[in-house]
Amino acid sequence: MARVTVDGIIVEVANGSNVLQACEAAGKEIPRFCYHERLSIAGNCRMCLVEIEKAPKPVASCGYPVADGMVVRTDTEMVRRARRAVMEFLLINHPLDCPICDQGGECDLQDLAYSYGSDHSRYAENKRAVQDKYLGPLVKTVMTRCILCTRCVRFASEVAGVPEVGATSRGENMEIGTYVEKALTSELSGNLIDICPVGALTSKPYAFVARPWELNKTDSIDATDAVGTNIRVHARGGEVLRILPRTNDAVNEEWMADKGRFSFDGFKRRRLDRPWVRVGGKLRAASWQDAFVAIGRRLEGVRGERIGAVVGDLCDAESMMALKDLMTALGSPNLDCRQDGAQYDVSRREFYGFNTTIAGIEEADALLLVGCNPRREAPVINARIRKRWLAGGFPVGVIAASGPDLTYDVESLGDRPAVLTGLLDGGVGFAETLRAAKRPMIVVGGAALAREDGAAVLAAAWALAKEVGALTPEWHGFNVLHHAASRMAALDLGMLPGEGGRSVAGMMSGGVDVLWLLGADEIGPGRIGPDTFVVYQGHHGDAGAARADVILPGATYVEKSGTYVNTEGRVQIAFQAIFPPGEAREDWRILRAFSEVIGHTLPYDDIETLRRRMVEVNPVFSRQGLPRFGAGELAGPAGDAGAVGSAPFSQAIHDYYQTNVISRASVTMSECSRIYSHPVLQAAE
Amino acid sequence: MSGQFSAENIGHGTPGHAPRPATDQQPSHFAFDETSEAEIATILARYPEGRQSSGVIPLLYVVHNQMKRDTGSAWLPRVAMDTVAKRLSMPPIRVYEVATFYLMFNTKPVGRHHLQVCTTTPCWLRGSDDIVAACKAEAGLRAFEETSADGLFTMTEVECLGACANAPILQVNEDYYEDLDFERTRSLIAALRRGETPERGPTIDRYNSAPVGGRTTLLEEVGTRHADGQPGTLPDVV
Repeated sequence: MARVTVDGIIVEVANGSNVLQACEAAGKEIPRFCYHERLSIAGNCRMCLVEIEKAPKPVASCGYPVADGMVVRTDTEMVRRARRAVMEFLLINHPLDCPICDQGGECDLQDLAYSYGSDHSRYAENKRAVQDKYLGPLVKTVMTRCILCTRCVRFASEVAGVPEVGATSRGENMEIGTYVEKALTSELSGNLIDICPVGALTSKPYAFVARPWELNKTDSIDATDAVGTNIRVHARGGEVLRILPRTNDAVNEEWMADKGRFSFDGFKRRRLDRPWVRVGGKLRAASWQDAFVAIGRRLEGVRGERIGAVVGDLCDAESMMALKDLMTALGSPNLDCRQDGAQYDVSRREFYGFNTTIAGIEEADALLLVGCNPRREAPVINARIRKRWLAGGFPVGVIAASGPDLTYDVESLGDRPAVLTGLLDGGVGFAETLRAAKRPMIVVGGAALAREDGAAVLAAAWALAKEVGALTPEWHGFNVLHHAASRMAALDLGMLPGEGGRSVAGMMSGGVDVLWLLGADEIGPGRIGPDTFVVYQGHHGDAGAARADVILPGATYVEKSGTYVNTEGRVQIAFQAIFPPGEAREDWRILRAFSEVIGHTLPYDDIETLRRRMVEVNPVFSRQGLPRFGAGELAGPAGDAGAVGSAPFSQAIHDYYQTNVISRASVTMSECSRIYSHPVLQAAE
Repeated sequence: MSGQFSAENIGHGTPGHAPRPATDQQPSHFAFDETSEAEIATILARYPEGRQSSGVIPLLYVVHNQMKRDTGSAWLPRVAMDTVAKRLSMPPIRVYEVATFYLMFNTKPVGRHHLQVCTTTPCWLRGSDDIVAACKAEAGLRAFEETSADGLFTMTEVECLGACANAPILQVNEDYYEDLDFERTRSLIAALRRGETPERGPTIDRYNSAPVGGRTTLLEEVGTRHADGQPGTLPDVV
């Protein structure tokens, strides 16, 4: 520890910290443009100048290491003059277009110009102008505004792992860009907008839409993947205008995946805003009363085992709880959340959770990915893996179908589950790497479980974890990576077939007479038997609604208060940002209202009571945060580890930008899909 | 020009090194030939294993030389930069950054004789304006960054070449021609046009950077005094 005096305040900071961090520890705000806590230090903006005793001139605090006994002054005439001079230089070439700049109101340069700017310019020469660059369908560039802090260059090469942005040419001609025109191939490209301190990189869909002070901000949780990214929904009136990440070091640090950030225009398109009932083969608009009565009539005389329910990937825990209670009341054991047909063992939570935790990745020293492509399934977790990999000494083995580059070096071990057996009996060399590691991690992805031998793969992965010492009282290295936001909560609530109940496959082809789809669109509704009466409760007119006999319009994840459990098992609550459109309602309320119509009134009238009911079913729902835990019992999940099949693993997600009803309704996401996922088609145009 | 705004200068920065690749003359492929491969092997052997990307600058010169051999124009096509990136296992953008940072690398085709006129203060004081005028007149050029119609000459403006004692300087490809004036520049370019290679160095009667008209100091050799203590004389310098 080093003892540093900042403006007379004595602080103790860790050795190796820089002066800027010491100043922050003393509560002094240091202006900066290029410095960013999560990126390497460039030291090129010179805005963070401070005075250090015995130093002859102002020092850039971001790149200056602390020393014991150092005396720093952050608010002297020398510092102020130096920063004013830096600001004057930065403004020489910065255009005065704040009134038409989307960064206006949340611009670091604008804010700091209030403190250090001048009321006039001494510069009468021509300002430099820079041609705008194309960085893809998400990031808009106005490169004349760029102050060359190189945060974007460092973000792309360090965090996103796509070294495609650079600073070409030099001096006054230096420009940020890709040199060769191309769309950035990253699922994290939206973060460039957040880290840009000026208006050079802004959001394309949000261009000229609103000013930050007009927006209502609501804390929420991203439901487009299972990371549980903490987000803030910015809305004006009844419209979501943008979504930004919130900092949570345990989950997403301050990053966010593009799908969660940019698919919000899907909230407005293809929405179900009123109930519909199929009459004579055609869907007709109906009132809630008529829709409920139509379902009630159809349910008359149907035995419980002929009724089924499937929940989708975007559901909140509350609506799933209500649906489960409704099905129980109807006497139905046919309940399922596994639209992809994945096989889990829910007897212990550690069999289906990401037990190492996301932050725990940084402590691991070897990783094996099984049937898993984190870049597509959880881009933010992939960034965390890359962060760990950059720190060095982190061998990564992959058993998966070939997919996009994971942004870190991997040892490809094959694409068949038999490799797991090979690792177990020592036939594959990577087993030695895992054994030698003190804290190895094994991550089993959706593609590994959604297959006939899923249970066997799960058992084999657990056996391997046990074998290589990934399961100790201090360290839990066995992980399942989900990619559906609802999955973890659904498994916690037991949204699985009861005794004698049918799974999704069993409910298809006439397996049940009445099928309730709660936002379930990924089951291939064409497989549902022609005589099955389908109730679709959801928010978008997608595959499920097209097949439905009755449509009950529900709410998207920003239109209701809901509980989500991320892949780690972290319980997080999202708040309601806007109201659902038209007659659409919060989903648990729809189920509660319907239960009254058929005389099985659910015992909760408000969301607090419903949440208490969830805690009754599974106490994890009352838990805040996520304590780290080691492995206690070593007995593995059900399934014969030796029975793994020979079929190669497939990709769980083929098109990252089109995985759910919201992203399929989003114009922005369709454009991304066209550019990134189908580049061949684009070339043919 | 200071403070003057007109239709021409609003929205333009200073003219200079355009950082975008020329799109029209880019070849579709590039591969190192045998000579280049031999050079690369020597270059890469200088760096420890895993640090090969340090060799990016020498490798770009290898590309320059090969392009000069193959096409008569020493420049870096984009595919060649990609080839270098691949060879050194580094992202292409890192190579583009280096290639565009150093003005010695040409990212656009240049003429067979690349006339690089130094116009920094010492050369300018010694008459670099005349050199520019001579290049324009003799090579048939109108401005910097232009290539003559016959493809023989490209003139660029460069910053200090570090030979101020011999100002003004004109660098032709890799050779310095020093102590030039308008006429000698014209005859130099005329010689180049005839396919001759004039001897590099000062174009006046002068040994390297030694004083014009002969030595003015150190006329006596220290330590070779005569026995009577009288200073000796130096032999004539060649």
